[in-house]
Amino acid sequence: MSTPKVIKKEEWLNVLNGLRKSYKVFVPVKDGDIHLFKELKEGVKANFDYSNTRLSPKGIVYPQSERMFECPLEEGNEGAFILKESPKDFSPQVVVGIRPCDAHGFLIVKRNFDNPQYQDPWWVQRYQATTFIGLGCNEPCPTCFCNAVGDGPFGEQGLDIIMYDVSDSYVLKPVSERGKDLLSDLGGRDASGDEIKAAEDLKASATKKMSTSFNIEPLRSKTQLELFNAPYWEDVAFACINCGTCTYLCPTCWCFDIQDEVYKKYCDRIRNWDSCMFPLFTLHGSGHNPRDKKFQRVRQRFMHKLKYYVDKYGNGVQCSGCGRCVRYCPVNIDIREVCKLMCM
Amino acid sequence: MKNPYLPYPVRIEDIVVETEDRNLKTFKFTFLNPEDEAKFQYIPGQFAELSVPGKGEIPIGIASSPTEKGYVTFTVNKVGVVTTYLHNMKVGDIMGIRGPLGNWYPWEEMEGKNVVIIGGGFAFTTLRSSIVYMLHPENRPKFKKIIVVYGARNPGLLLYKQELMEWEKRDDIEMHITVDATDDPNWKYNIGFVPAITEQKVKSSEDAYAIVCGPPIMIKFTQPVLEKLGFPPERIILSLENRMKCAIGMCGRCNVGDQFVCKDGPVFSLAKLRTLPPEY
Repeated sequence: MSTPKVIKKEEWLNVLNGLRKSYKVFVPVKDGDIHLFKELKEGVKANFDYSNTRLSPKGIVYPQSERMFECPLEEGNEGAFILKESPKDFSPQVVVGIRPCDAHGFLIVKRNFDNPQYQDPWWVQRYQATTFIGLGCNEPCPTCFCNAVGDGPFGEQGLDIIMYDVSDSYVLKPVSERGKDLLSDLGGRDASGDEIKAAEDLKASATKKMSTSFNIEPLRSKTQLELFNAPYWEDVAFACINCGTCTYLCPTCWCFDIQDEVYKKYCDRIRNWDSCMFPLFTLHGSGHNPRDKKFQRVRQRFMHKLKYYVDKYGNGVQCSGCGRCVRYCPVNIDIREVCKLMCM
Repeated sequence: MKNPYLPYPVRIEDIVVETEDRNLKTFKFTFLNPEDEAKFQYIPGQFAELSVPGKGEIPIGIASSPTEKGYVTFTVNKVGVVTTYLHNMKVGDIMGIRGPLGNWYPWEEMEGKNVVIIGGGFAFTTLRSSIVYMLHPENRPKFKKIIVVYGARNPGLLLYKQELMEWEKRDDIEMHITVDATDDPNWKYNIGFVPAITEQKVKSSEDAYAIVCGPPIMIKFTQPVLEKLGFPPERIILSLENRMKCAIGMCGRCNVGDQFVCKDGPVFSLAKLRTLPPEY
């Protein structure tokens, strides 16, 4: 890989505005008390002084609501009742300031949407059009546990460039071919030995601050039935109100629904994020529901992330340790505690 | 990039009311584009999404056999939004089919074996496909005995009655049609529940596979009968249903443990199901 570059923070916004000539650029933006990823435009102010965004950036590749197909529903109209793909925009885009956990999240989700048998054409094309410039975490949150799930506060998985916040500058290190090409366009000067050392020190000190660690090997060795039939699920689910917040905020939850919407004799087939927390998710036409009870749905969320995914792909858990579900759960259900129970 | 969500446009060619309660209709579809028909290569046991623009999609087992060329058929029970709308559609209407989807009955494994088909109620659709497929002159020599136990609550609820009667007359398939009860004095077939008739008529599990499709209660009581007959769980084949949307293993709702009913199933052996949580 080529040498890391250094760009002064005061120049950074100009650099990003320059990028807008060839890319849609997404940046963290302060919105009230929280941060969100938004497209950089006139009047949108990037703000990199944040721990993480409330909502994961998964929607940049996988929108919360997306038109799939459409057709007229009136006989005699050209193409009536024959669904055609809706126009799509797969122009190049860059996500700047994504945290390593969220970039890792895209890799976890990729195994679902891009597999040998089927490729989700929209997820795959939008992902291919996206370059990720990550921002390492100098100060991990108390709820972060990326280190426990195969990553770290300066993890490089899923990134093209990683940024180190070193006093008044960013040190940018390319970690993919695509990142190398983009970095040469970004400019900046070569990092000095001292600056590279400072970046490495940041990484070491942040990693030391990570408090959670657990051994997830038992998730592999225990059988699905052993974990499914474990005695603790009703207790785990006791306080849950099935609000679905955990699944909506999660960078690695990918479940979706497909609905037809009709307006003035015209049909749009739309896909929306969905959640295993809702009973309708699995309700049969007959009225039978295999996950009728709250605890069954809560169990499904944890079993999917921590067991079924592990068995299906042989590539670790379906969790990047971002800690959002822990931070924002209204009843304090903590996936780290559930994981420990499952591993006991 | 191939789009696995895009249905092939089809035309409703024929609609047959199958049952006296008029809740089941068989729809015969032809493809608007011949190249789509060529791509729709299926194997008995698979299903497809019937796609009604403006209403949605439903996963339904393919009732026709790949040996029947030029069309595909599906038998649909009227239960929800899409199926109710479909029941009110007419010949000539345009809609969509997405598939074929899922796995199929283990045809290669079953070659050279006896095949016992056990069906109940309206879950006879992919079994009908399988029987027509096995009875095709090219395929019949590949299997030893074919035994069919098929039951419904009463004679009016049996699917594909005309074909059942034709199969009754053949000597290369052993038919055991049954109903739970009937007041028809001329009923000349069996009376009794499917598990009981299975126990009476299927005498041996030797060199045999059992394919079982039916309501949960029938499956529950047929399993012990089959095991008593000596069928190992590896040779008891079941087809599952769960709510689906994408039907290609991505939307996340039809899973049974780490298996998706839509993509890894719908066909599972009892041996496999016993390793999975019973969420179906």
